[in-house]
Amino acid sequence: MTRPRVALFVTCLVDLIRPRIGFASIAALEAAGCEVIVPEAQTCCGQPALNSGDRKTAEDLARRTIAALEPYDHVVIPSGSCAATIRVHYPEILEHDASWGPRAAALAARTYEIMAYLDEVRGWKPDGVALPATATYHDSCSGLRELGIKRQPRRLLAAVDGLALRPLDGAETCCGFGGTFCVKYPAISNAIVGEKAAAIDATGADLLLAGDLGCLMNMAGKLHRDGSPVRAFHAIELVAGMGDGPAIGEDA
Amino acid sequence: MNPTVSDSFGARVDAALADRNLKLAVERTAGTAEAKRTLAVDAFPDFDAARDRAAAIKDHVVANLGFYLERFEANATAAGAHVHWARTAQEACDIVIRLCKQADAKSVARSKSMLGEEIGLPHALAEAGITRIETDLAEHIIQLSGERPSHIIWPAMHKTREQVSALFRTSHRNPHEEETIAAMAESARRHLREGMLAADVGISGANFLVADTGAVCTVTNEGNAELSLVPPRMHIVTAGIEKIVPSTGHAVHMLRMLSRSATGAPLSQYTTFYTGPKRPGDRDGPEEMHIVLVDNGRTTMREEGLAEMLRCIRCGACMNHCVVFRQIGGHAYGGTYPGPMGAVLTPAFDGLKQSRDLPNACTLNGKCQEVCPVRIPLPTLLRGWREKSWREGLEPASLRSGLALWAWFARRPRLYRAATATALASMRLMGRSGWLSTLPLAGGWTRYRDMPRPPADSFMAQYKKKLGKGPRP
Repeated sequence: MTRPRVALFVTCLVDLIRPRIGFASIAALEAAGCEVIVPEAQTCCGQPALNSGDRKTAEDLARRTIAALEPYDHVVIPSGSCAATIRVHYPEILEHDASWGPRAAALAARTYEIMAYLDEVRGWKPDGVALPATATYHDSCSGLRELGIKRQPRRLLAAVDGLALRPLDGAETCCGFGGTFCVKYPAISNAIVGEKAAAIDATGADLLLAGDLGCLMNMAGKLHRDGSPVRAFHAIELVAGMGDGPAIGEDA
Repeated sequence: MNPTVSDSFGARVDAALADRNLKLAVERTAGTAEAKRTLAVDAFPDFDAARDRAAAIKDHVVANLGFYLERFEANATAAGAHVHWARTAQEACDIVIRLCKQADAKSVARSKSMLGEEIGLPHALAEAGITRIETDLAEHIIQLSGERPSHIIWPAMHKTREQVSALFRTSHRNPHEEETIAAMAESARRHLREGMLAADVGISGANFLVADTGAVCTVTNEGNAELSLVPPRMHIVTAGIEKIVPSTGHAVHMLRMLSRSATGAPLSQYTTFYTGPKRPGDRDGPEEMHIVLVDNGRTTMREEGLAEMLRCIRCGACMNHCVVFRQIGGHAYGGTYPGPMGAVLTPAFDGLKQSRDLPNACTLNGKCQEVCPVRIPLPTLLRGWREKSWREGLEPASLRSGLALWAWFARRPRLYRAATATALASMRLMGRSGWLSTLPLAGGWTRYRDMPRPPADSFMAQYKKKLGKGPRP
């Protein structure tokens, strides 16, 4: 396979809250034989505007993001929800636009969530990565239902030596993050994430893994508030061999 | 404590979240329904193809509504029924009250109908001085406690068995002696049978209207529809115009989807097709049958981008699987229909201004769409309401200005990096450990959860340093 030029879309949460996920993504993509570029013109995909009903801003940010990302062979994103915004929603919201509609569709076809990209497109496995631990995995909703992300992260995690995955009761049930939902309706969100945190605790696993930082912040923040010892990582950190570093909320 | 519709959404939510009995009751029923549906769907050969067919049947009917409704009217009339048309809820109620008065009705027996709730029929009957007896067990409970249904399949799902027992003891003439399900059901049966047999008119909704036979189909698990509709002199049906299907075969396909999605059962206990009133030689049946076909905003929904919502067969799977519904129950939604389907329908029926919270109070996780037997794209429709709410300026000013400021920076990558660097620096000051437990402007988050303390430098800043030059354009 040729060496594709891959644009890494870093997502605003990864950029601001947990840069390790960005570096883990670069490491895994390079190990999988990609040339990785981080386009500087990227900011946020516009999902908060889209889901708040501000269609005009969402379209505007979609056009800017498309322009920033379209020179590359592939676009890879360490987030099912941002990947779904570009893959599924950009073509929908720009369908009426004769010039941007086709550009959105073309970019959508080259855009991937990182686990799906590594597993399905690159056929890659994390050779020589080891982490003796037990972990449980939460299937974040957008990736799961809009992109079919389910077996890809599990296949990659199964290749991490010494890592045992434990099933999570209600793994496909929303954690109550929902983008701006968690701050607009905090009490409902809290009730939902409270049940999720209890289910995570009940697995007895050391680590909580997922593919979306928003969901992880919500679950990890609740676990920490409740005094749970479970530590949270983005799955790509483990796959890239960075699972022995600080978990979310631990001092570096 | 029952929140009232006049409370704000926030107040209703607070009341619901504080009511642990509610949570227990909802979890018992919805949790069981979820598990049973999974088993039923797994055992169904190619459920996805069956869903595609169900969606296609409904889309075809909704696109050709006039044709099938006229056909239904002609065939129902030929079978001896009278068909009436109502554009609004008020018109529908007026027709039903006029018919009841024509029949000189003192009391009516009603078989559960969400359309009846939607048009306010219980209230209209009370205003007209007509005694109403709800014959569905759950509706009976609701009627005794003076509440509204909180679920479309289990109207009293918010009540525990213990609460129902207490209610029956004070309301039934010969209440149950033991507090067992069987004894309680027997108590209700004794009480309800008297009302059913004494009723002058039986009123029902319709699960399906069959165009090529003029039949009205009802589905129950208690047989109360049959007992309420056959003995009285007159049977009145109130049905939404989207309930139509082309033929009995189509109705049977929809029935298989409906019961599995609702309760996980292959079929409901009782399924009856009523075609016209009693004919000469029939031993029983009503002398008159009237069918009131109600629009109440449905043609407007079809024209205004909500045609897919008219596929809905009222199974309740969306609410049974909704994380928000499971926490707040049905009353918090404040409309006739709760859950994701209610969040789409209530703004259409009651106005977006009064109900803008409903489409917003959703995580857009897509589970409702995943389980919908007719593949209604509920998240897309909810997002559509959010867009309308934004366009019409109904969203709060704080959200609008916050989002506008963020978007202004997001359009300008260099300024965005400068602004986010400042934001990170100030967030770093809020805590010394890895976690922040208070955060200005994000109290909704930190009231319940801790927030990971952000790094000193963003990814972009760290990446630039590592590269020793700027990231490539």
